[in-house]
Amino acid sequence: MAQTRPQPTDQDTSDALGEAVRRAAAEGSPLRIVGGDTKAFYGRPVAGETLSTRAHRGITYYDPVELIVSVRSGTPLAELEATLAENGQMLGCEPPHFGTDATVGGMVATGLSGPRRPWAGSVRDFVLGTRVITHQGQQQRFGGEVMKNVAGYDLSRLMVGAQGTLGLITEVSLKVLPRPGASHSLRLEMPLAEAQTKLAEWGRLPMPITAAAWHDQALHLRLEGGPSSVAATRERLGGEDLDAAFWTALREQTLDFFSRDDERALWRLALPHNTPSLALEGVEEADILHDWAGTQRWLRSDLPAAKLREACARAGGHATCLGSREGPGQVEPFMPLEPVVAKYHRNVKAQLDPQGIFNPGRLYAEL
Amino acid sequence: MNILYDAKLDGELQHTDKADVLADLQRAAPDLTLLHREEDLRPFECDGLSAYRVLPMLVVLPETLEQVETLMKRCRALGVPVVTRGAGTGLSGGALPLEQGVLLVMSRFNRILEVDPDARIARLQPGVRNLAISEAAAPYGLYYAPDPSSQIACSIGGNVAENAGGVHCLKYGLTVHNVMKVEVITIEGERMTLGSEALDAPGLDLLALFTGSEGMLGVVTEITVKLLPKPETAKVLMASFDDVEKAGRAVGDIIAAGIIPGGLEMMDKLAIRAAEDFVKAGYPVEAEAILLCELDGVEADVNDDCATVRQVLEKAGATGIQQARDDAERATFWAGRKNAFPAVGRMSPDYYCMDGTIPRRELPRVLKGIADMSEAYGLRVANVFHAGDGNMHPLILFDANRPGELEQAEALGGKILELCVEVGGSITGEHGVGREKINQMCAQFNPGELTTFHAVKAAFDPDRLLNPGKNIPTLARCAEFGAMHVHNNELPHPELPRF
Repeated sequence: MAQTRPQPTDQDTSDALGEAVRRAAAEGSPLRIVGGDTKAFYGRPVAGETLSTRAHRGITYYDPVELIVSVRSGTPLAELEATLAENGQMLGCEPPHFGTDATVGGMVATGLSGPRRPWAGSVRDFVLGTRVITHQGQQQRFGGEVMKNVAGYDLSRLMVGAQGTLGLITEVSLKVLPRPGASHSLRLEMPLAEAQTKLAEWGRLPMPITAAAWHDQALHLRLEGGPSSVAATRERLGGEDLDAAFWTALREQTLDFFSRDDERALWRLALPHNTPSLALEGVEEADILHDWAGTQRWLRSDLPAAKLREACARAGGHATCLGSREGPGQVEPFMPLEPVVAKYHRNVKAQLDPQGIFNPGRLYAEL
Repeated sequence: MNILYDAKLDGELQHTDKADVLADLQRAAPDLTLLHREEDLRPFECDGLSAYRVLPMLVVLPETLEQVETLMKRCRALGVPVVTRGAGTGLSGGALPLEQGVLLVMSRFNRILEVDPDARIARLQPGVRNLAISEAAAPYGLYYAPDPSSQIACSIGGNVAENAGGVHCLKYGLTVHNVMKVEVITIEGERMTLGSEALDAPGLDLLALFTGSEGMLGVVTEITVKLLPKPETAKVLMASFDDVEKAGRAVGDIIAAGIIPGGLEMMDKLAIRAAEDFVKAGYPVEAEAILLCELDGVEADVNDDCATVRQVLEKAGATGIQQARDDAERATFWAGRKNAFPAVGRMSPDYYCMDGTIPRRELPRVLKGIADMSEAYGLRVANVFHAGDGNMHPLILFDANRPGELEQAEALGGKILELCVEVGGSITGEHGVGREKINQMCAQFNPGELTTFHAVKAAFDPDRLLNPGKNIPTLARCAEFGAMHVHNNELPHPELPRF
């Protein structure tokens, strides 16, 4: 292994985690698996004995030349990102932290990606392998430390976004990317409709864009790539310079738009590229922040969940509730599944977690 | 080694009478095209792994989703296995028929349903050829990224089933990174949608699970893929080396310079000579290895990157570096690589193509191991390598007319794959397990992991009717086959020398 120093905090507690899972399975007592517990707001509350992965930490393999890193799930996300940065590399999915305690395991379990997602890929796209503790308390390994691997079913990617409902993730192998040679952020004042037209046009061209958000009457863009193309595109687009901290604030939801003082529910709408503005009753332009070139829209609204979800589904997307005034548990966070899809979700859960010990109910009541 | 279905090792299949099944299906779906005479079945007896042939009980060629639904419901009721086939170009025997099974051929679902240039997606029936997608998207300046060598013939449905790759994977990903949504018909004849035209979908990522599942979990009936803007320019550099190891190190040096090439391919001496003989690509036949490095993107960046890569290659000890002057020369450089398989085919009556992946740093050790084994088995091996992503395609040259040589070639191939696992790699990077590598699965996964795979299968197909015997070996097969299982790189008896 190159370029990494073992940290004094590194330790392998997978045997103890396996033992805890075996005990829970034997007693049939549910576990609430947590890393830094920074993303509990994303999903349904879990009633169970807390099992923390935080002591299980450290980078077990990193070779910048291979573009691959393997990390124990309890490793702080910030620690991983700092190590990659020292080597001129980064996580392509630009994951949100939502707190200094955020762990790599939490990133993988929630599968949440940042502003770069439409251009670089999601957390799932960068996962190459996982080590998982199964309901039998066994440590199993799927995928691995190679770029291409189609042996067996892709359980590694199935674990991403499953929110710990199928097993306890102890380690992940990720593809990493070199940091871009140049980066420039800018702000172009323009109405929403114009921004939508421009983004559709630019989407069909090889432009060095790695973030695009419309907010506060302006299109915010990040240009990244080789110094030559970034300079040329910057020249062509003009606009005002924008502090790159904007993207961090957007990713971490610290912009005013996300303020907790706003009592309306916060919704995430996932929509296909080039979806026009949804006609939603009582929703003003300022109530929506368009990220991911319009494919991820943040909405502040107290519209009934069913109504909102129907509008998103008609457009080919879905809606997630990240917190409502009624408090947790009042609105289903995730869009209900079609009956056939729901049936196979239950089947997968029953096969991989027959005692229902892994984060029961976190995604849906029946999972 | 015989890899045909063996009920003792792969599980008993229910015996049904062909005439009864035929009559039942004719009754349930009168308009469904059903082939049952031996001469009609013959063309379907194998896929791209043509050393193995089995006549299916029946071949069905549906044209409507209703026919597929009916077929699944009847086959489930009758206990008849269903093997789904796309274009039949797969190299791992994933579509190898079963004597007791129906072969479901999806080739008549061959329409491009929609190309939406603004949403940058294409909606396709599974029988659409891979290359036809990029052709349909070309007028809009868009293309579909995964480009397996068989792209003029292979179908998108088969690409999903195998999670197909190509020469541009390191930068643009595999099929799993480029498919947004699939429509599926289950063994129970239900329809379901996995994924979404948005960038994610609620619930578990069953789309990722289905991609590469080799037709074992359901039948894919429609696919929505993402289209990318065509790079403004692409340039290719060819570097020759007098030593394979130096070429291998140069690959790492390019990546270490912060560059992700669109394609980065390596060929060894035997492959270079074969390709040069065949297509006159202008390859240096005296070289021990060549690297082809394609850089694509915005013109200005590509020019900068070409200069950087040239410096890196010089420093790495390249004995010659050539940049293709124009698109015509670029196409010629690639023609040698893309025709490497048929080129090697001209040197030998038969060849056997392997598909292992390794961490790139292990390349020298693995090439040495292959050379030693090649000598021990007395069979020549040409190496073609997707160097950027560690995916090797050793081509074993043999003559099937010489008694025992096919078996020798397969044994050598198996050893090569076990060596890939031993160094921390995988037995398949992009061709799939199918029937071909069913035994090597026992080397890559332990019984607990295989049991988990079977549990996943049971969630979708508890009666094991979808493509039984492929992809995941039974524990009985692993016990019988007795492959050395290497886990966490910890070998049994580490004191023994191995290659």
